[in-house]
Amino acid sequence: MLEHENCQILLTFLSDFVDGELDQDLCLQIEFHLSKCPDCSIVVDTLKKTINLYHEQSKITENVPEEVRERLFRCLNLEEYMIHI
Amino acid sequence: MDEEHNEYSIQEIISGNRSEFAKLIDAHSNQIYRLAQKMLNNPQDAEDVLQNTFLKAFQNINHFEGRSKISTWLYRIATNEALMIIRKQHPEVNIGEEYGEEDNEINSPIQLIDWCCLPESEMVSSESRKELDNAIQRLSEALRIVFILRDIEGLSIQETSKILNLTETAVKTRLLRARLNLREQLSTYYGDRFLARSKE
Repeated sequence: MLEHENCQILLTFLSDFVDGELDQDLCLQIEFHLSKCPDCSIVVDTLKKTINLYHEQSKITENVPEEVRERLFRCLNLEEYMIHI
Repeated sequence: MDEEHNEYSIQEIISGNRSEFAKLIDAHSNQIYRLAQKMLNNPQDAEDVLQNTFLKAFQNINHFEGRSKISTWLYRIATNEALMIIRKQHPEVNIGEEYGEEDNEINSPIQLIDWCCLPESEMVSSESRKELDNAIQRLSEALRIVFILRDIEGLSIQETSKILNLTETAVKTRLLRARLNLREQLSTYYGDRFLARSKE
């Protein structure tokens, strides 16, 4: 549990911090806190990794199965425009 | 897809060019199917969402005003279709309101194991990928859709809020809750593996 007051402040800005959307002053304050607080460092690192794993997974997600694609074009009466892959 | 470099012409689609609509389908169907699969975790339901999304897009393309990207417009239709299926199957689920949302309180992280240094091969094994999917399914529907749109599909907070008819503040709060929840779940899963490796 993160109980220090600065840890709670970090929690408030956590998403903006990992998304790189905080202004520079606040960002520096948080980075200073992280250099002194191993627990918050772990939370930030594992949160970034969590987001990154899902992001990477989305890149390798399978395409629409061919039979599903065929049924989609058929239900829209667009079979004649379907490019066969 | 970079929509400034579309392989189709929106003007042609609006004027009824079916061949261009077919190109639109191939450009965006993978995204729509992935969203539906992640949201519903059922191939048949995902196919229904896919078909209904493009059917409605086909029927209503002349209402597309170009104020948003066409992909955002498609995501909006697909999200509504997916939420409709959830409401039908689970009438008790309230997508509009997340439990405890009004108090704005964020649960403090509990798991403090640094599992980031696990080998990449273990992080992305087929078993691990299954766990990533399972963890998403354990989120409430209200948190799941925000995480999918923002962190999996890569939409902005503004786009996500428009699709879900939520304020940007509500989207940010739900996103943080979803991310922290998933971090806890993955810390349990990968933390066990990290500790097992440390003992070897």
